[in-house]
Amino acid sequence: MSAWLPWLNIFGVLFGALTTAAMLIWVERRLLAVWQDRYGPNRVGPFGLLQVVADVIKIFTKEDWIPPFADKPVFILAPAVVMTTVLMSFAVIPFAPGIGVVDFNIGLLFFLAMSSLSVYSVMLAGWSSNSKYSLLGGMRSAAQMLSYEVFMGLSLAGVVVMAGSFSLRDIVEAQRNVWFFIPQFLGLVTFLMAGLAETHRLPFDLPEAESELIAGYHSEYSGMKFGMFFVGEYLGIALISSFIVTMFFGGWLGPFLPPFVWFGLKTSVFVALFILLRASLPRPRFDQLMAFAWKAMLPLTLLNLVVTGGLVLAFGF
Amino acid sequence: MVWLFYLAAAVALFCTVMVITRLNAVHALLYMVMALLSLALIFFLLGAPFIAALEVIVYAGAIMVLFVFVIMMLNIGPQSVDQERRWFNLSTWRGLVFIAGILLIELIIALRLGFPEPLDVTEVTPHQVSLSLFGPYLLGVELASMLLLAGLVGAYHLGRREQERPKK
Repeated sequence: MSAWLPWLNIFGVLFGALTTAAMLIWVERRLLAVWQDRYGPNRVGPFGLLQVVADVIKIFTKEDWIPPFADKPVFILAPAVVMTTVLMSFAVIPFAPGIGVVDFNIGLLFFLAMSSLSVYSVMLAGWSSNSKYSLLGGMRSAAQMLSYEVFMGLSLAGVVVMAGSFSLRDIVEAQRNVWFFIPQFLGLVTFLMAGLAETHRLPFDLPEAESELIAGYHSEYSGMKFGMFFVGEYLGIALISSFIVTMFFGGWLGPFLPPFVWFGLKTSVFVALFILLRASLPRPRFDQLMAFAWKAMLPLTLLNLVVTGGLVLAFGF
Repeated sequence: MVWLFYLAAAVALFCTVMVITRLNAVHALLYMVMALLSLALIFFLLGAPFIAALEVIVYAGAIMVLFVFVIMMLNIGPQSVDQERRWFNLSTWRGLVFIAGILLIELIIALRLGFPEPLDVTEVTPHQVSLSLFGPYLLGVELASMLLLAGLVGAYHLGRREQERPKK
């Protein structure tokens, strides 16, 4: 039995992550509909739940076309990169005691490494498509993700200082007394912004802004390659949400209910928050986006880090 | 463990050769990213997970992204591949291969004289790295940060807009 447990964990997490990402497509469309005072997909199956299945069948049978002017190997590689890096990040997430693929003592750094590698997907897609809208989208995303990555790592440094470890399990255990979103509120806010920018969700979805760039970096993609970008984005939302829960909201900790249920519930709240942000906020201009990162968020995270470090050094809690 | 090391090393070597021989700049950079990733794996196998993670975050995830970004900005087309092809002839790399060959012979002799012991791994935790960085090597860290600050100020000066320059 125990020999099978790692495999069960690996395939369980893989299956769970992919199913969640697929279901998120339906969840997002329904929730957006609720907030915009309409029904959303409700024809296929009960509550429209089978809409995802119908979409998948459709997308698999579509023609998967590679434009003749594209750089073929890079064009094919790009969507694989986003899926790989995001799925790899799920390996370090501690879902509950005993559930989770691996417990690195550098788990947090592994997450940051994978998220910094995922930039390549968008950039390479934009470059290899060899079309100007894609290239503009790719360049925007490169600039955006590089800028937001700078303080993404720094915003988590306060949590690391308080927990005294890079291991995500240790960080969750360190939140037994108080969840870190109270002492690290600035860290939470800045990480949320960075997470939004990393998954390029609205309001930070300038790399794919439909109204000006015609879907940006993936405008030349079709069929399942487009589907990979699509699923990759939803996987990213699930990943960032579960990471926020792990770092700031005590992970699996909580009274009465089993740990895994707590983790799922907390993560769902943040997924819903991501969707609500999309429903309610307009898109900023690109220079506003960059100025926001460098002139507001970076000083805030540095301030947070200095204050946290000073307090921990002075009182040693 | 040793065969994992040799596998990663082989991938790193192969990718490095591909970096040099590719004519398309973006393809070369992608091979370089792969070489850096396999180097990170080697660091990990040698018991330095912290350095491995930093290798991926800093080199593969930030510096190489900037390289790709610049090449995207230049948007060099097929004519650059032709140019590379013209430059990439025997007379260009004759000298380099000669020098690299000397190093290779040296390496072979060194390996034949005394083959180093197979990996004797003691893991260095992030805790230990930071203790030595901000303990005995504090001066080095401070010097490096000053150097980076100078680079930052220099870049800002070069990138300054023309009309903001004060009139003499």
